[in-house]
Amino acid sequence: MTSAVEVAGLTVVRGRREVLHGLDFTIPLGEVTGLLGPSGCGKSTLMRVLVGVQAGVAGTVSVFGEPAGSRSLRHRIGYVTQAPSVYDDLSVAENLAFFARVLGEERAEVERCIAAVDLGDQADQVVARLSGGQRSRVGLAVALLGSPSLLVLDEPTVGLDPVLREDLWSMFHRLAATGVAVLVSSHVMDEAERCDRLLLMRDGVFLADGSPAEIKRVAGLTDDADIEQAFLAIVRRSPT
Amino acid sequence: MSSRVTLAVAGRVLAQLRRDHRTLAIMVVLPCLLISLLWWMFEDLPGAPFDRVGPALLAMFPFIVMFLVTSVTTLRERSGGTLERLLAMPMGRLDFLFGYALAFGLVAAVQSAAAVGLAVGLLDLSIEGPVWLLTVVAVADAVLGSALGLFVSAFARSEFQAVQFMPALVIPQILLCGLFVPRPALPAVLEGIGDVLPLSAAVDAMTHLTRSSSTGEVWADLAVVAGYAAAGLALGAATLRRRTP
Repeated sequence: MTSAVEVAGLTVVRGRREVLHGLDFTIPLGEVTGLLGPSGCGKSTLMRVLVGVQAGVAGTVSVFGEPAGSRSLRHRIGYVTQAPSVYDDLSVAENLAFFARVLGEERAEVERCIAAVDLGDQADQVVARLSGGQRSRVGLAVALLGSPSLLVLDEPTVGLDPVLREDLWSMFHRLAATGVAVLVSSHVMDEAERCDRLLLMRDGVFLADGSPAEIKRVAGLTDDADIEQAFLAIVRRSPT
Repeated sequence: MSSRVTLAVAGRVLAQLRRDHRTLAIMVVLPCLLISLLWWMFEDLPGAPFDRVGPALLAMFPFIVMFLVTSVTTLRERSGGTLERLLAMPMGRLDFLFGYALAFGLVAAVQSAAAVGLAVGLLDLSIEGPVWLLTVVAVADAVLGSALGLFVSAFARSEFQAVQFMPALVIPQILLCGLFVPRPALPAVLEGIGDVLPLSAAVDAMTHLTRSSSTGEVWADLAVVAGYAAAGLALGAATLRRRTP
């Protein structure tokens, strides 16, 4: 199997409003897939569908060959929401130790994941006293516990120092190189070039799906254009 | 169900409380101060009225405090994203609930041991039945408060709203439990309602223990409290949805 996720005809209704309108896509193993689009276009909803916590889903969504949300998948997916989703009143190490116990992972796994996000020096600090960037890295460290084969990361690099962002992107690629499927969302278009493959999203539909170079070609632009220009070109050309 | 996850949740809740010294102090010291205040109020009155209201108070504190603490903490789990993260992990809803019930049950045991110790040891509350059973009733009561708090947190959008549920759900039970007007002296409708409320059973259990050494009625009341607590946990479990809109 080369795809971690296969989706056909995905529609999501929240309240009375349809927010995702019949999406078809796959997410390959061993690549970093970027989900890019403006705020409110449905990125987070799409990610929640893959993790299996979204209600009102129609269509087929299979993750590693099983319906999204299946019990057996819960060990294999690492998920970070836009909020860091950790306990502010516990230390970094206590947070990791708790989630590791829930997952049934070893103690050593806690240290490995803290080191992976470069928080070794802050391990004993209470999360509430960390900076916003450090806090979101704690959330990321929790998602890495147990080496999941699919990582779903909702805007993990927002508001981070450029050096750290660089580090995180290289970590995503290192993980992908070991065969993990990494899905990263962002509303910052300049992160597009760092992805192997892009899903460009607007108002609950995909504008484009392909490598950054392919998308620029589809948009009729040269390679030195950026993805923001491609996004605009495709939006202006589309009938709506 | 997994005991590993239940214990992990309980341990984590206790670790959070351990870091919050102020809350911990309020939970243990405040009931003692209020019981002392009440004892002082009645000191000069004839007929040992403290022996009548003291037990009711011992039943009330664990219930109220745990209701508040649980509704606010669970609301924080819901709004902070940690609940969503846990539900995306291999964690059962009952693991989560029992973990909370276990942690708060332990805190309630400490809280009531302090309150019972003070009331019986220093303030001369007379107890005919076994003192340890008084603590068991208090723990059951605390778990009941936790269960209701957890259920209520599903309907609150903010911590402010969660706190507002206290007067709605807790004060009527205090009014009708027999503390202010003995239940048989209430109008028939109110007596009927008062008789089936869970806090009344807890207060009855405490009162029995102060008046008689037979424990049969205490266990019956305790069963009622436990039944309500179980129902509350079941309702709470129904509000923990893995898939949300």
